[in-house]
Amino acid sequence: MRTIEQTTHEILDLASKHFNVPAGSLSPDDDFFKKLGIDSLQTLELLSRIENHFGIELPDYEVQGVSDFKTLASRIQSRL
Amino acid sequence: MKSFTGKTLRWEWRDAIVELTLDHAPANEIGTLMLAELEKFVAAFGALAPETAVCIISSARKEGFSAGADLRELYHAAAPLLKEQGVAGVRDFLERIHAVLNAIDAAPFATIAAVHGVCFGGGFELALGCDIIVADKMARFAFPELRLGLIPGFGGVPRLKRDVGNAFVRELLLTGRSVNASRAHAVGLVAQLASEGEALRVARATAAQIRKFDAVTRVAAKKFIKPIPHEELRREIGLFCELFARPAVMAALKKFVEDSGPMPYLP
Repeated sequence: MRTIEQTTHEILDLASKHFNVPAGSLSPDDDFFKKLGIDSLQTLELLSRIENHFGIELPDYEVQGVSDFKTLASRIQSRL
Repeated sequence: MKSFTGKTLRWEWRDAIVELTLDHAPANEIGTLMLAELEKFVAAFGALAPETAVCIISSARKEGFSAGADLRELYHAAAPLLKEQGVAGVRDFLERIHAVLNAIDAAPFATIAAVHGVCFGGGFELALGCDIIVADKMARFAFPELRLGLIPGFGGVPRLKRDVGNAFVRELLLTGRSVNASRAHAVGLVAQLASEGEALRVARATAAQIRKFDAVTRVAAKKFIKPIPHEELRREIGLFCELFARPAVMAALKKFVEDSGPMPYLP
């Protein structure tokens, strides 16, 4: 079982790799909409990448209102 | 007409396979322009059929297969009208798109939807008209209509119910959530999963296999296994129009159109 820190780290890696943000420039408290500069369709892409990477399903309504990586990690953690 | 290039889509016939490519910015929203060009496409079926084994429908837009009906166009067209006029306009559009999707559903050749990215609402309903759905692993499927106080209007529920279990249909419909390609594959909606960016290649390989078989048998087999749920489709149009007449729907459409947040609209 991953720890919340590991999950957060993996999300940051995933985000920097697929949204052209330098590795190490993201932190758990960052607003990922602002940091990644993503629109609503790219948010769905991020959701798909997270689900594929962690092998989980994360319904849209569970991440509604979530904007920082740390909270996103806790939502993922509850599905692992 | 073996090839055509319009403003929202194009098609090209080659070696018994016709490829229809949706290409309408930003994400292949289905409005009156795309509807007219889809009507042109199905009108060409009579000429294409004798020499066509398979049709592949895909998207040239990186955002995905299709984000669904053009809700901005719908809102701006209906908002200034009296309620009865708005409902009449919606009914006319639904009758036309149903005719197109029924023609694709019953096409006298096999049909494959090659899906990537977003495949929502009306776009999902277009894919459901096809015989086989091939999806790349980044594809997402949803019926978000209940978020607006509506049900899917392009034949989606009767066709999804024909293909998969009712429990999955209810979850998708009642929550408005999106599901990824793996889940769609697990429930039997998606026939084949492809790597990212490979759905069209996999669809072409599938088409090449289908093309080998006898045309008469292929048509007979399709007719036997894939009945069109005409009665439910008619009821769907009636229910959609009934729901559309409520003021809450126009209010929800207004909120959707005005929403510019980065999170997909989810009230």
